[in-house]
Amino acid sequence: MSRTPSQLVDQKEPGELMAPTPGLLGGVRSPSKHDSGPKHVTGEAVYIDDILEPFGTLHLAPGAATIAHGKIVKMDLSKVRSAPGVVCVLTADDVPGVNDVSPAHTHDDPVLPDGIVQFYGQPVFCVAAETREQARNAAKLAHIEYEELPAVLSTEEALEKQQFVAPPHVMAQGDAVSALARAKHRRSSKMEIGGQDHFYLEGQITFAIPQEDGDVLLHCSTQHPSEVQHNIANVLGRPANAVTVEVRRMGGGFGGKETQASQWAALSAIVAVKTGRPAKMRLDRDDDMVMTGKRHDFIVEYDVGFDDDGRICGLDIQYATNCGFSADLSAAICDRAMFHTDNAYYLGDVEIRSYRCKTNLVSNTAFRGFGGPQGMVAIERIIDEIALTLGRDPLDVRIANYYGINDRNTTPYHMTVEDNVLAELTDEIVTSSDYRKRRADIAAFNADSPVIKRGLSITPVKFGISFTTSFLNQAGALIHIYQDGSVHLNHGGTEMGQGLFIKVAQVVAEEFQIDLDRIKITATNTGKVPNTSATAASSGADMNGMAARDAAITIKNRLIAFAAEKYGVAEAAIRFVPGRVMIGDVADVEFADLVKQAYLARVSLSATGYYATPKIHYDRETASGRPFYYFAYGIACSEVMIDTLTGENKVTRVDICHDVGRSLNPAIDRGQIEGGFIQGMGWLTSEELWWNDAGQLRTHAPSTYKIPACSDRPEDFRINIWNPGRNVEKSIHRSKAVGEPPLMLAISVHRAIADAIASIGDGKVIPMLDTPATPEAVLYAVAGVAKGMIARHHDTIVAAGE
Amino acid sequence: MTIPVADLRNDIRFLFGNEEHSLRDIDPQMTVLNWLRLSARKTGTKEGCGEGDCGACTVVLGEPDGKGSMRYRTVNACIQFMPTLDGKQLLTVEHLKSDGGNLHPVQQAMVDTHGSQCGFCTPGFVMSLYQLWLDGGEDDRGAINDALAGNLCRCTGYGPIIEAARKAGGISAKDPVEQKRRVDISARLNAMVDDAPMLALETPVGRYFAPRSSDALADLLVAHPDATVLAGGTDVGLWVTKMLKRLDPIIYIGDVADLKSVREQGGVLTIGAGVTYSDAHDALGLIAADVGELVRRIGSRQIRNAGTVGGNIANGSPIGDTPPALIALGARIVLRMGNVRREVALEDFFVTYGKQDRARGEFVQSVIVPKPTAGTQFKAYKISKRFDQDITAVLAAFSIRVEDGKVTEFRAAFGGMAGTPMRAKQCEAAVIGQDWDEASLTLAQQALSRDFAPMSDMRASKEYRMLVAQNLLTKLYIETTVPEIATRLVGREAAYV
Repeated sequence: MSRTPSQLVDQKEPGELMAPTPGLLGGVRSPSKHDSGPKHVTGEAVYIDDILEPFGTLHLAPGAATIAHGKIVKMDLSKVRSAPGVVCVLTADDVPGVNDVSPAHTHDDPVLPDGIVQFYGQPVFCVAAETREQARNAAKLAHIEYEELPAVLSTEEALEKQQFVAPPHVMAQGDAVSALARAKHRRSSKMEIGGQDHFYLEGQITFAIPQEDGDVLLHCSTQHPSEVQHNIANVLGRPANAVTVEVRRMGGGFGGKETQASQWAALSAIVAVKTGRPAKMRLDRDDDMVMTGKRHDFIVEYDVGFDDDGRICGLDIQYATNCGFSADLSAAICDRAMFHTDNAYYLGDVEIRSYRCKTNLVSNTAFRGFGGPQGMVAIERIIDEIALTLGRDPLDVRIANYYGINDRNTTPYHMTVEDNVLAELTDEIVTSSDYRKRRADIAAFNADSPVIKRGLSITPVKFGISFTTSFLNQAGALIHIYQDGSVHLNHGGTEMGQGLFIKVAQVVAEEFQIDLDRIKITATNTGKVPNTSATAASSGADMNGMAARDAAITIKNRLIAFAAEKYGVAEAAIRFVPGRVMIGDVADVEFADLVKQAYLARVSLSATGYYATPKIHYDRETASGRPFYYFAYGIACSEVMIDTLTGENKVTRVDICHDVGRSLNPAIDRGQIEGGFIQGMGWLTSEELWWNDAGQLRTHAPSTYKIPACSDRPEDFRINIWNPGRNVEKSIHRSKAVGEPPLMLAISVHRAIADAIASIGDGKVIPMLDTPATPEAVLYAVAGVAKGMIARHHDTIVAAGE
Repeated sequence: MTIPVADLRNDIRFLFGNEEHSLRDIDPQMTVLNWLRLSARKTGTKEGCGEGDCGACTVVLGEPDGKGSMRYRTVNACIQFMPTLDGKQLLTVEHLKSDGGNLHPVQQAMVDTHGSQCGFCTPGFVMSLYQLWLDGGEDDRGAINDALAGNLCRCTGYGPIIEAARKAGGISAKDPVEQKRRVDISARLNAMVDDAPMLALETPVGRYFAPRSSDALADLLVAHPDATVLAGGTDVGLWVTKMLKRLDPIIYIGDVADLKSVREQGGVLTIGAGVTYSDAHDALGLIAADVGELVRRIGSRQIRNAGTVGGNIANGSPIGDTPPALIALGARIVLRMGNVRREVALEDFFVTYGKQDRARGEFVQSVIVPKPTAGTQFKAYKISKRFDQDITAVLAAFSIRVEDGKVTEFRAAFGGMAGTPMRAKQCEAAVIGQDWDEASLTLAQQALSRDFAPMSDMRASKEYRMLVAQNLLTKLYIETTVPEIATRLVGREAAYV
């Protein structure tokens, strides 16, 4: 079936909301403020470390390994145990159940290592003391002797030794080898992509409170309460029903609290159960950065063939990924990098290989984008190389490679792209950013400016929405209406700042047609909604919004049936309008009144809701299927300046046009776009992870690891939520997920820096710019282009001499 | 020890909001943040990093301005020790709501602009915005950037917070109610400590002295030559929060009145060792625009409000943002032990990594900075991964005088190139007396590789350090010979002064 792009965005179903419902405070599409906003600004919002501690609370601190790989031959903790305030010291022997918190059941993530240390800084023991200061002081007193084993500290070495945490994986379409052989032009190169620390402002923390029967309640800063629950039950050797996990809010997550919360939760749970005292483990920032996983760093090697128009006609690409010492979520993350090798482009004949390398470094984990960003960075550099090789504008090469609507629309994993809005987004950004004219202006500026160079780039984003592990695409919710008509809302999603709670509450407000302030948003709790998936993959609002809506509809239908019977009207004649329920032309009652009447008539006012994403399926054996329900799209135009003497760089202007479908909350969505972009910009510019030769991370605090600061936000930053946006799939109110996709808009910054560097070589030498584009990386790329120019000049002279 | 015990006081007196506190038997190295969260149970102020970098713990300190009113500044509670609150007013996020429960204008603006997402950094931002508000508000993006450089937000991308800063506006210093409030608070604080004896805590876990004069300081240091001298605590604080050190005794110089002055006389600037970067900024900026820009980029507003120029010298950092600039300017420092004072050239004070020319019991009293004479150009360049609030990878500072095309004076000092801030003497020698042209530039660059053998670390590789140091000579050359060429990404205003 063929559809034109405008049909894709303009269709409207009966009853579909284009704007907020008049008279309703805080329904969908309204820019409702973050529910915790007033509490954030007064300091009244309670984070886990703010919970009033019961008498007797113990505080935990980890003791860290000081080698990257080796056997523990002696661990003398006597001084630790006898230090002031110390109540108990845990080692691997103290784990009552299974000593493992691996998220994908790979059994390679010990709570505390049993004999073998696998990375520098790995916690090898844990101290519980009366105060946190005492615990931290005591942890310094251990005497540990190791027998060092060879440590693999680089991805290259792991690849060479074929040391993997998961088997290599291949994805292919057509025949890349012969396509490359046939290609008129061909380029091959290598790119290094750096990792990224999450730098959530609230570090990892769990507060464990012992319950009767040896059960435990965990206040845990985690995106995945169910996983923490199941892991901790295993660690304690207890059934899952012995452990309850509650999360009211996190001080940021970004993927770093998906699997990485379990270890600290496990340690505090063990102490709580063992001592019968509440136990809190809050990592110091430096320990947090050393001991928890980060965004994966990649080495990408590629060989691309293309025609005179810059159209890719064959691609062979290989990812070698530093997964660290254990598998964690690396397999799925590496898969997602493969899924996003195409970004917005039809690759035709392609082979994608992925190696999941095992190193003696901290185990890398989920981070906003989940591998997608790394895949996209590589293809965007490839596109720029093609453009420079052919002397064409990079934007034109991008457009030439975009997925088609009716043809050239199958991905390397054999899914048809059905919701492509790239052409419209591109038209809009080219106009709104005045791209063509600014390119000319910049060329003129650069011609006259020997030291400072400017660069400009437009890059698109197409990001697949759904967990690629299909069974994870399910969610649950629980709604109660009390006799006064006030609503208690609960669901499996967690609030890490992204505005999930307010969005879901808006969905419920819309369904019941009641003002938002009638709905109490409550902490995520495994005792209320069980077996949830992580709040991850941008899926929070999509899935929990649907589940909550399902619960609301269940109750609403009961109210309708009750009212229809009581007032003797047809069910179809009953309408919920703001604050009231119209019962045909017989009655018009306040929502709260109807609720009270229903209660008195013994109608259940509590319901669970459930949602499973439709349409998706994926066969990993053949690397084909439809892993994504739909795609989220966006496009950005970034302008930068670089200093060619120092490599310093600065983003001066950014224009964004992003598709959020029909926004559930444009204010929240805008915040996600802007924040995601800046976070991506940090990843690609100033955020650099640096290990010394011993495998010790030396950038383990904000003094050495530089996330964007206020002045790094571009002076001129124009964010446009794409107005015609609409999800062609039946997502919650036709909105689109927005958590991760905007991060990748920042790739335009990296490409703009490369563009500025290329100007030194008059666009004839390709800058080999890796990520992050620190001053050092930029200066080397500048030097590379300058050398290339000398070489070209030399070639010309030689050619002339012949 | 010459101070009689009767002249000592063993309680810390401060206002917490409007509430008078007098604390005894408190661990002298307890941080303000820990006191707030663990003792006072005011948990609005957050710990994000424990090293004064993320700003989640930002609080506002008020102190009498010496003119009967108050001045307010932000500091990082995580590295500020409790006794340093003596005689001050501590304001936290809990103090901002009105008695009737209304949000303060900066809080309301943050809510209205969607300025919080996860909310963890928010109290710190609110306090930085509050300080801006107390100072009359700010609309200029650059000034807002400066005020917020020490507050990291990982969620919002800063846009809504910048908007909140503009939207909140500020209070006029002439507002009669506010004026009276400040006069009252100032009077209360003065009454609490002005005529009280010197603060001297002697607790089972450590001692803390806060002399009021440099004579008293000199005596104390003779009596306790191994004491930790505490100024702003922006370095010493981390010895406690990160290295878990016990410091005993601590001698705090923040209350030494005669170390807090900046004087100018006969083209020479004398900066007392207790002067904060914030208070020294204007005077240093007048020496040369690049010095001002350099000071602006040290740490953050919170750090500059606490950290001192003297402390930056005394701690002997190999980078030391101000020392290379001061060395290039030909600065000298005055050291004092007991009643003996001596003066040394700043470059000679830095002996080697971790070792300075300071004897036990001796302290840095002041820095003497000669202003460049007319015709001498001064340029300083700070290279770091991030423009604001980053520790320097390489710092280059040049003082150059060119007469009739020939270099008659040239002082080149670098940070991050050796174990201490250091002059590049071979580089200087290669240029002095030569024509200021590309040939001597090349010689200077070659000489630099003989002056220094930098090392690789997390901030930069040794190769980059050398390359960029050489390129900064090129930049100096361009700026002093073809000034119309654009050469700066930040502080451009400065470059063209």
